Amino acid sequence: MSGEVAAIAMANRPSVAAAAMKDAAITALIAAGLFIPIVGLRTDVGADGALLVRQRWGDVAILVVIAFFGRLGLVTWRGLRGEAKPRSAARTEALRKAGRLLAPLMLGLALALPFLPGTGRYELDLGILVLTYVMLGWGLNIVVGLAGLLDLGYVAFYAVGAYSYALLATHFGLSFWLCLPLAGIMAAFWGILLGFPVLRLRGDYLAIVTLAFGEIIRVVLINWVSLTGGPNGITGIPRPSFFGLPFSMSGEPDTFAGFFGLEPSPLHRVIFLYYLILALALLTNWVSIRMRRQPLGRAWEALREDEIACRSLGIDIRNTKLSAFALGAMFGGFAGAFFATRQGFISPESFTFIESAIILAIVVLGGMGSQIGIAIAALVMIGGFELFRDLDEYRMLVFGGAMVLIMVVRPRGLVGSRTPTVALGTRRAIGAEHVGEGRG
Amino acid sequence: MRSPILEAEHLTMRFGGLTAVDAVSFTAMRGDITAIIGPNGAGKTTVFNCITGFYRPSEGALRLHRDGAAIELHRLPGHRIARAGVARTFQNIRLFPGMTALENLLVAQHNTLMAATGFGIGGLLGMPGYRRAERAAIEKARAWLEATGLIARADDPAGALPYGQQRRLEIARAMCTDPVLLCLDEPAAGLNPRESEELALLLRRIRDGGCSILLIEHDMGVVMGLSDRIVVLDHGRRIADGTPAEVRADPRVIAAYLGEGEEA
Repeated sequence: MSGEVAAIAMANRPSVAAAAMKDAAITALIAAGLFIPIVGLRTDVGADGALLVRQRWGDVAILVVIAFFGRLGLVTWRGLRGEAKPRSAARTEALRKAGRLLAPLMLGLALALPFLPGTGRYELDLGILVLTYVMLGWGLNIVVGLAGLLDLGYVAFYAVGAYSYALLATHFGLSFWLCLPLAGIMAAFWGILLGFPVLRLRGDYLAIVTLAFGEIIRVVLINWVSLTGGPNGITGIPRPSFFGLPFSMSGEPDTFAGFFGLEPSPLHRVIFLYYLILALALLTNWVSIRMRRQPLGRAWEALREDEIACRSLGIDIRNTKLSAFALGAMFGGFAGAFFATRQGFISPESFTFIESAIILAIVVLGGMGSQIGIAIAALVMIGGFELFRDLDEYRMLVFGGAMVLIMVVRPRGLVGSRTPTVALGTRRAIGAEHVGEGRG
Repeated sequence: MRSPILEAEHLTMRFGGLTAVDAVSFTAMRGDITAIIGPNGAGKTTVFNCITGFYRPSEGALRLHRDGAAIELHRLPGHRIARAGVARTFQNIRLFPGMTALENLLVAQHNTLMAATGFGIGGLLGMPGYRRAERAAIEKARAWLEATGLIARADDPAGALPYGQQRRLEIARAMCTDPVLLCLDEPAAGLNPRESEELALLLRRIRDGGCSILLIEHDMGVVMGLSDRIVVLDHGRRIADGTPAEVRADPRVIAAYLGEGEEA
């Protein structure tokens, strides 16, 4: 059998080589067309201030040769390997099995992180950052992953939460624990406000309007100087206290360190913040998982699968969509309040479109609707981004390349399968090919 | 004396200058299988979409008689019509393909289950009231899966089922909303003769269970054998209304189906 296959492969070889050469030549031509203006010609400011055109044909040649051989190798390898078997189902199954072990493992690691040897200020700050994005990803997942409503303006709710906390705390002196639910309610309210005009919109149109909404919030924050401080932001936001015990270096009995008889350390507050965001993220996760098994959560998923069928079954589409927007926005608002108390300073600059894009990328790369996938994606995207800090300007290149790679290897995200919420027998994962992506 | 379940009175639907349904009146009786037939473009699906709330009729009235009261369907918003007791299936099947057969049937019981969750809080915390309601919903879904012969596929995604099973699942899903009137848009389309036979059996069982049926169908064999009463539409008008034997003998029906000119 294997001899036959080898013989066929041998017979195929000349045609594979010819096709590969042709393909590679075309690729090289396209590369040349692209790189000649982009790399080949460069303007520099000369010594006397005049513009000089530098020509870098050597670099162009190197890039074109890389493109040629890269394509040649890829096509030849594909040709010799033959038609790839669709292995995604098996891989999904394997990932799901790994996920069952991975989730408790990651949770244990997250819980133990502040006490692991070698964990310093930097690691904790990075952990807080990653967990913030995990929480935002899980929050957005309710809207995008479950209900299938493409929301490009999620950062608006993050901003609403942050400004709600900042304003309530600085003007009225309310405590963090009182402000946290208020910030969530404010964000949910804005989520419903956004929901109303976009109820009838689908897909691309929904994405554009939510994108505009995100920008409107940011522009209002910049221009409403009397309330928000405009571009200067809000400073002096109260830092969180441990249920009334401030984190202070003085070591007096009414501070955290003094009350518990610990050596005062600036790390206490960071560790507290770390556990706070971990608890908030886990709350988001718990609510999402429970909601999926609820009639409302099932209705969200049904809405993603087929809106018209939902209507024929008597599901109120307006309320169902609004509840998804409101709940997703609420968790964004919680995360925003946390962000404000952690930074102590917020300004509109923290709430640009790129934040929405990153959160959406985390949801899409992780696999829409998958909790563990989103956590991994956030860890890779935010943590990985930090790992490559030494690469300076190539950091974005590595980042973009990694995103493209994930999408090529796993087009429906790291975990594209869907676990049924209820079963008569055993729950079997549903392959990504059946699961709808939602059209808004 | 049997009572009517659905009354259509001068039902008219205009799209811009086009009159798709022109002053159609008919009555479907309780406990009957009523069929609406007609050549392509006769306005059958438009009538259906008016009844099930996907279109709002330009003129005319639709009344559903339930528990001694008449519900004006043409005034209700789309999702209220299903709650009033009208369920439907679609000409091109509209299941939730990424959800299992069982989940499809649970989504259909959304309103009953939502009422039991107590604004979501009871369900979120897993209160006993909600658990009871969910168990009852699963039992009802199991009963319909058994009735449609899909119990073995309960945990498979709906999108992975063969075509005939998807048709039956859609009917089961509609029945899970506890309708008094089941509207089927070409339920036998794409089924082989054996599957059509099974379908007819299922529909008779549903009728005998107390749910009236209104169906659109092209397959004359299925219609003639199954229906208690047939309404024939052509170019948006009602041209005949009666028992299968009466309709079969009606010269206007024969003319419409053979495509003769109206004056012939």
